[in-house]
This record gives sequence, structure tokens and C-alpha cells, in this order.
Amino acid sequence: MIVLLAAFALVSLVIPALTRRLHTRVFFVTALIPAAAFIYTLLQTPAVLADTPPTESIPWISQLNLDLSFRVDTLSWLLALVVTGVGTLVMLYCIKYFAASEEGLGRFAAVFLAFTGTMYGLVIADNVYLLFILWEATTVFSFLLIGHNTGRLASRIAAMQALIVTTAGGLVMLVGLVMLAERTGTASLARLIDLAPEGTAVTIAIMLILVGALSKSAIVPFQFWLPSAMAAPTPVSAYLHAAAMVQAGIYLIARLAPGFAQTPGWQPLLLGLGVFTMLVGGWRALTQVDLKLLLAYGTVSQLGFLLTVVSFGTRTAALAGVALLLAHALFKAALFLVVGLIDHRVGTRDLTKLSGLGREAPFLTTIAVIATASMAGIPFTAGFVAKESVLASFIESASAGSALGWIAIVGVAVGSTLTVVYSARFVWGAFASKNGVETVRPLHENVWFLSSPAILAASSLVLAPFFGTVGTVLEGYSTQFVSEGYDYSLKLWHGFDAAFFISAATLLIGLALFWARTQVFALQSLVPAIVDSNKLYRSTLRTLDRVALRVTATTQRGSLPFYLTVILLVMVGSVGSTLALNRSWPDSIRLFDSAGQLAIGAVMIVAALALVAAKKRFQAAVLVGVVGYGMAALFAFHGAPDIALTQVLVETVTLIAFVLVLRRLPARLGKAHGSSRRVLRAAVGLSVGLLMGIVAIVALGARSADPISASLPDLAYEIGHGRNVVNVVLVDIRGWDTLGELSVIVAAATGVASLVFLRSRTDNLPRVSEARARGTIRARLKPSREIVSSEYVPGVQDPSTRNAWLLAGRKLAPENRSILLEVVIRLLFHPLIVLSLYLLFAGHNLPGGGFAAGLVAGLALAGRYLAGGRYELGAAAPFDAGRILGVGLVLAAGTATVPLLLGADALTSTFFETTIPLLGHVEFSTSTIFDIGVYLVVIGMVLDVLRSLGAEIDRQREESSESLESGSTI
Amino acid sequence: MNASLTLVIIMVVLYSVGVYLLLERSMTRVLLGFLLVGNATNLLILIVSGPSGAAAFYGEDAATADPLPQAFILTAIVITFGVSAFLLALIYRSWRLANADVVYDDTEDLAMGRRRTSVTTDRPVDGDDTEFGTRAAAAISTAVDLEKQEEREEQESLAAERRQQELDKKEGDA
Repeated sequence: MIVLLAAFALVSLVIPALTRRLHTRVFFVTALIPAAAFIYTLLQTPAVLADTPPTESIPWISQLNLDLSFRVDTLSWLLALVVTGVGTLVMLYCIKYFAASEEGLGRFAAVFLAFTGTMYGLVIADNVYLLFILWEATTVFSFLLIGHNTGRLASRIAAMQALIVTTAGGLVMLVGLVMLAERTGTASLARLIDLAPEGTAVTIAIMLILVGALSKSAIVPFQFWLPSAMAAPTPVSAYLHAAAMVQAGIYLIARLAPGFAQTPGWQPLLLGLGVFTMLVGGWRALTQVDLKLLLAYGTVSQLGFLLTVVSFGTRTAALAGVALLLAHALFKAALFLVVGLIDHRVGTRDLTKLSGLGREAPFLTTIAVIATASMAGIPFTAGFVAKESVLASFIESASAGSALGWIAIVGVAVGSTLTVVYSARFVWGAFASKNGVETVRPLHENVWFLSSPAILAASSLVLAPFFGTVGTVLEGYSTQFVSEGYDYSLKLWHGFDAAFFISAATLLIGLALFWARTQVFALQSLVPAIVDSNKLYRSTLRTLDRVALRVTATTQRGSLPFYLTVILLVMVGSVGSTLALNRSWPDSIRLFDSAGQLAIGAVMIVAALALVAAKKRFQAAVLVGVVGYGMAALFAFHGAPDIALTQVLVETVTLIAFVLVLRRLPARLGKAHGSSRRVLRAAVGLSVGLLMGIVAIVALGARSADPISASLPDLAYEIGHGRNVVNVVLVDIRGWDTLGELSVIVAAATGVASLVFLRSRTDNLPRVSEARARGTIRARLKPSREIVSSEYVPGVQDPSTRNAWLLAGRKLAPENRSILLEVVIRLLFHPLIVLSLYLLFAGHNLPGGGFAAGLVAGLALAGRYLAGGRYELGAAAPFDAGRILGVGLVLAAGTATVPLLLGADALTSTFFETTIPLLGHVEFSTSTIFDIGVYLVVIGMVLDVLRSLGAEIDRQREESSESLESGSTI
Repeated sequence: MNASLTLVIIMVVLYSVGVYLLLERSMTRVLLGFLLVGNATNLLILIVSGPSGAAAFYGEDAATADPLPQAFILTAIVITFGVSAFLLALIYRSWRLANADVVYDDTEDLAMGRRRTSVTTDRPVDGDDTEFGTRAAAAISTAVDLEKQEEREEQESLAAERRQQELDKKEGDA
């Protein structure tokens, strides 16, 4: 079975390619797979008869109880035969139905085959979750099939409608299935029905499942999607909307009935809906002029009929139900195919435009008449046998005193009468000769094209005498129900019993009504439609749409400050209310830790407040810098030298970056925007600030246990082999955090570069050519007087010829050069690099570490850039920033993951120590490699900022000023 | 444990001013606000980390400040730097492309707010009575030409769309 399902899936995938070669003959290929499944299922018959259902199972997601388990018991066996048998015939029919030029034929054939496979899987699935997955898969495929004609609005709307209705039902069903499976601890359908749990939760679960089943089978109030779905090509309707998909809901109810038919509400609800649907469908079918719609409403009616029977819950009704299911699939599929043939031949399905077809197409007419006879329940057809048994089962219950039995008899009798009327109307409408209507043109009938409906119709007739045999197989299903002592079996002829008289009466009354159809229709037009579900559906969607629009428009104003305000107010509200409920307030508070803290704090507060009023960008940058340096001082007072050092360095780099960007912006901070709603903003700001203040006090007051960091110094030394606890925490104990942080940094750096470099990120920093650089260096090594002497005029320093203290010094415009800066940077650069290396390697035991070291190196580079411009930066760092970032990240990640390969935990560090002559005792921990990674990432980040916000902006400015000078526009 | 009121007050001021600036529309001010809020948050971690003390080194005998939150702060400082560099690049980009340092309202969202009508097609659509029409083998004379039908439908939907747009525009202007 699983192999067959895989074949369905795989062949579907190659069908579109095959269609290009085979055109409509591709349906020969697609028909092979369901035919194989049909034969395979037939071969399973002995096992099914012996009540040893064949099963197959592959574990999939065992944690969810989701396994690919399949089981073919009697009910599944019957459905599998119907699904694959009708599927094969419909596919063979498609060969003639479609023209080779049909648009999207490959997709159609593939989806059709996939649908058939899914349907086959659905009826043999034993796992409820698997059942749900396949259930929804049929919905999706049916969406694609109904919407086959993508050019037409009607077909798109119908496809969407079917999708929405059945998916909504399916989701509700999923909830029910989960509830049921959770309650019983098994997801196997067969087990569930054996256990048949009871209780309120089970009742709710069953009701939810029923919603899914009813929506799938187009039972009132979901019936409207089925007639709309007639926008699908007719073979699709013949298969999906007669034999396969719409029967899925009936199948599920039949599947559950042995275990759950006694669930409170089940019988009255399903019987009521079933009878009502049968009547509504039949009633509507009477007035249709499109033959296909007539059949569609007829199907709605028959589905109601089927529901009434399979949900009834007695042994005889169960037997009758499955017999009816089989009979219905045969005649209804045949009739749809007949309608397709008519349409294909004469170009319409409108019965008011058809006349004389009966005479022109005798074979087609014969097929149609046989199938219709089965539909109407005329004696000695499959439909008759099924209907007899249905009536017999209801009569059993009614005579045993069941009120529901009486309701069912009356409902079914009236419904059957309507069925007879629309059946007669169908035959008359399609084939009769009518006065005043143009007679159809003669056309030779194609035997091949007729064969599929012919086989289906013939089996309605041929199978009927063998229904006794069929019945003995089907009893494998009905014996799951409790016996009430009746021993009904399917038979072609039960004699002149009560059921037969009811049947005969419905036939006669039906035909009489058809005879008097003019009066009947006149009467019918007086009765208003009770509920137009379609209208209801549309207005529901419309309302949903409007509400969505309103909600979106109200909440999504497109204003960032608005969003932020909302977020912050929610935070104030939620955290504030939690604080209000808080009972653990600290009993005391220190005013300050040290006088220094007080002084620094005062400066910071003043700077922060001044920031609000700052009018100029540079002023603001400096003020925010003051706050930042103040932070560093606070850290230092607190006993945190590492963060103090890092804060100072970061603040400096930030300030540089700020200045680099701000030089391209106007000096004054814009006033026009943002000055609105000052009071509101101040209120939000103040409330957030105060809230955080209270949070800090309460959070600290709530700390009573010893912090875990008490043991950190020992851990750091014994495991991390470092004395600087903060550094060991960063590179070893909590190395994962740092690794995550490095990724953020790399992403941010890349973001900066890609925002500024519009085209490519590759390194295109201009470089002073190697030769020139070497020359400059050599020149500088000579006594400087020699170079300068020729032009040297004491007292007059010509900047353009001035000696270069830096490699690319002369590349800078003379007016931008500062000799003092050049000298200072020249002197400081190398010591700074050495310092950064020292910080890097000493950081494990002393303040420092990769972050601080990287920032120092970055500052050294920044100095070179500030003094010598972008050429100088290219000379100082002649490598791609992206590569440094990458190498750094690889080093850090490598240190984290290599231990995994060696069988240790990630980030495990290894320690070496040795004594080297001259250098003495040397210690090395692998976490230092991690720190080198950090170091490189930080350098890369700073370098990227310098290259992007510095060098590239310079270049863009030069470019734009050049183009301005040359008169061209940017 | 109890907190140092001075630190708390500094933090409150930084948060308040930071949020005030964050709610501005000038991108530079937003960045300033971001920096202040970043600092304030680091201060929050510092405050709740407990009392100050000696620097946390192995072998330090005096009571040390808690090293773990310090590691967090260090991480946070560097990330704040990365993000502010990104914001700076954004500011530059915005200035270069639009000559503006302003966070504008999203125009799509604003347009959404002006729309009054729904997008779903909610008119009932009649299907045809045929899939073949004039293409059928022996088509009757009254058969429908599906291609013409499709063309007409397309024009109708285009016209409906135009009407809708005009309606939206009118309502938007009003």
C-alpha cells in the first residue's frame, strides 16, 4: 500500500514532463496507477473477508503518535475500490474529453493523479493525524482542480470557496481529532473505535470532527460550495463531487459510527441535517436548467440521504449505508460523465437548448437512462437494492418504536420522490425532443469515449443481482454494530414488503409530479428560499475583510513613534501592574557609594538634560559622549575595570564614527519634525524612566540568595586558567554568549558596509602602490635634509612638498593636512598596536582581553585614517574588512566546535604550560584563540566603519563634487 | 540588598531622556536616544548586580563586585556600538538618497487607512452552461463562445478595478 502511494506521488511529479510528449494520451499513464491499486485492493479481498485486515506502518513522528499506518478493513476496502476504480475510468475518459491544446493539461493530469493517490491514502489511513493530513491534501488538490480554468472568474471564486469552506471545517476537525487522541492515548482509528470512550470532552471532540465531515460532504449549512464547484471540468466533478472527495465526510462518519453513534446528540443532529439536506438538495435540483447543476444539487440531496443512513447506528442501516454509498458512486459518476459527453458534443448543458439528442445518440441515451434508473431507485438496479435496504432498516427501527425511525422513513420517502422528479427531468431535459428548440446536429458516437460511463452504468445494472454476495463482504463492516436481532441481508428482490410499497409509491408520485411539472414549478416559485448559504458566506467574507481593513488601518498607522509609544506603554502597563502587586520592597537605600559617583552622576545628568535641548549635531554628539565617558567612570568606581576600559574605547570609536557621518549632514538638528506632542513624549519618557528605577530597586531588593558568581573566581582559575574573571567568563565560561555577540557584530558590520557601499562590498580602498610606498620609506630612511634641501626655503613651508610622515600623506589635499596630527599618529601607531597585542594576551589575567585590544587596534587605524585620509587607511590596513570579520568568527566558532569533534563539550578549553629558555614560564590556553577571534572581529568592525563611513563617504563626496564641477548631474 | 540612589537617579534620567529622544522623528535624535537607553540599560544591570567592590580577580581577598553582570555589560557595550554604527549608516544613506534625516510615515500604511471598501470580489458570478461552447464537435447554434466571454469578463474586471480606484481616490481626497 505504501509502495502504491509512493508510486502515485512519484508518477505525479513526472506527469507534466510526460504531457509535453504524450498530450492527452498521458492519461493512459495516469490511469495505470489507480488501476494497479484497484487490482491490489481486489487481491486483498480474502484477507478482508477473513477479518484479518492487511496493515502497513512506518513510524514517522512517534512523539506525536503520527505514523504512516494503513489498514484495509471492509469499509476501507469498499472505499478503496470505489476511489481507484472510478478514478481509473475517469482518467481514461479524460483522454477524449480534453483537446491536446488544453491549457495547463500537464498540471491538471498530475494534480488529478495526486488527488487520486491522496484519496486512496485517506480511505485506508488508520492514524487520525495522517487522515487529517491527507484530508487537507485532498482539499488543496481539489482547489487546484476546480480552479483548472484559471482564466475564468467563476472558476477562481468557486475554487477559493471550496477551499475556504472545507479547510475551515478541516481545522475544526483537527481540534476534535487531537482531543480524542489525547483523551484515549492512541491515534489509531481502529483502536479509537474499539475503545469508544464517553464523556463531555468526547462529545465535544466528536461534534468538532463532525463539522469537518459535514463541510467536506456538503451537508447543510455547508452545501453551497458543491454547486459552485461545478465550475470545474466535468471529469473532476464526476470524480471529486460524486465518487470521491464528497464521500470522504460520509466515509468518516461511517468509520466513527460503530464506536460513537450513541454519543449524545449524534443521532438527532445527523438525522435532522441529513433529511433536511436531502430535501433541500432535491428541491433545488428541480428548477435547475444546467444539467450539471441539476446533478450537483442531486448530489447534495444524495449526500444528505447517505448521511441519514450511515449515521443511523443500527446494523441494518450500516449495511444499507455502505450499499447506497457504492450504488451512488456508480450512477452519479456515470451521469456526470454523460453530461460531459453532451457538453463536449453540442456545446451546452442547458436543457432548454437541447432537443432530439435521444434520437441522435442512442448509446449515450441508454447509458444515461440506466444510470438515472439506479438514481431514481427503479427495480432491479443497484440503486433500488440499496434504497430497499435503507427503507427496511428504518422500518425495523420504527416498528421497534423509535421516533427517529419514523422521521427517517418520512424524510427519505419525500426525498426519494423529489429524486424521482429530478431524475425524470434530467432524462427528459437531456434527450427528449422539444417543440421550438433547435434539434442537435447528428454526430457519430465514439465507442471509446462512451466506454467509461458505459462501464459505470452497466455495473449499476450487473452488480444488482450480485448484491447478495457483495452484502456478505459488506457485513464485515455492519457487524461492528450491536445486533438488534434482525437478520437483514442485501438481495435483489425481497418480495412485496413494506419497503417495496414505499418505493413504488415514491416512484409513482414522482412520475406524476413530473407529469404535472408546469404546475409544480409554478407552485415552487411561490416558496421563498429559506436560507441562502451562499449569500451568508459572501457577507461573512465581506465583513471579515472590512474588519481586517479597519483593524489594520487603526493599528498600522505607519508611524514609528506611534508604534514605539504603544510598545512602551504596554511595557509600563504590564510591568507596572506587576510592580504594584509586589510585596518585597527593600527596607533601606544607600544615597551614594562614593563621592566620585555623586560628582560624575551630576555631570551625566546635566549632559543628558542638555541633550534634549541640543540644537546642533556636533553639540549633541559631544554631550552623548560625555554621558558615555561618565558611564566608564561609574564602572571604574564600581570595581569593573574591564568594562570601564571597553566603555572608554567604544565611546571614542563611536564619537569618531558619529563625526564621520555628521560632517555630511547639516550642522543644525532639524526642528520641523518631531517637535509635536512634546508633552506626551515627555510623559512617556518619564514614566518609562521611573518604572525602570522602581524595577531596579525592587529587583535588587529581591535578591536574597548567594549569587552563582561567588564561585566564579575559583572556576575561572582552575578550569579557565585565568585570573581575570570577567575575561574568562567571556571567552570560556559563557563563551556561547560571546559567540552570539560576535555574529551580531559581523551582521552589523556587514550591514554598515552594504548601506554605504552601494554596489559591492569587496575591498576597493585605494592603495599607494607598493613601489612608491617602498620608495617613500627608503627616502625617509635617508637623512631628511637631502630630500627637502633642493626646495627648502627656510621659513616658508610649502604643504604640497612637505615631508610625508605617513605613507599616503601627500595624497591628501594640502589644506587638509595637519603636520602635528601626522607626527603624533606616526609616533603612536606602532605603540598602540603593541599595546593592543599586550592587552589581548594579558587579558586573561589582567584587565584587557579581545574586546579592549581590538578597540585599541581599531583606534590606531582610525588615527591613521584621520591623519592621512582614505589612502592612508588603505596603506595601514591593506586587507578586506570582511575577511578579518570572517577569520575572527571562524577562529571563535572553531574554538567552540573543535572540542566537539574530539569528544568533549563545546568550548572546552585546553591548557598548556611550559618553560622556554629566555622567556621563562609560558602559559597558553586554547581560550586565547577564542579571544583572538574576538579581537579580529572587533578590528574588522571598526575597520568596516572607517572604510564605509569614512573612506567611502570621502570618495562619494569627491565624486559628486567632481561631477558638479564638470557640469554633469549626479 | 539595597541600591545606590545616585545610580538609580542617573539611570532614570538616562531612560527618560533616551525614550523622549527615541520618540522623535529626526533620525539623529533617535540614534542619540538609542545610545542613552543603551547606557541606561547597562546601568540597570550594574545596579542590580549588587554592591561595588574590588575588581574581580582570582586571589583578591577583599569583597569583589559581581563579575558575571560585568561580562554581560561588556557584551552589551560592544553590541550597542555595532548597532549604532548601523544606525549611522542608515542616517547617511537616508540623507544621501532623500536629503532627509526624518523617519517618515509609511505611505502604504497610510493608504490602507484611507481605503473604505473591501478587496474581496463579493458579487455573485454565474458560471457558463458549457466548457466547450462553440468549440464542441457538433455545436448548437446558440452555443456560447467562451473566448469572447473571457475577454468580456476581463474588461469588466478592469473596469471594476478602475471604478474602485477612483472611489478610493475620491474618499482619500475627501
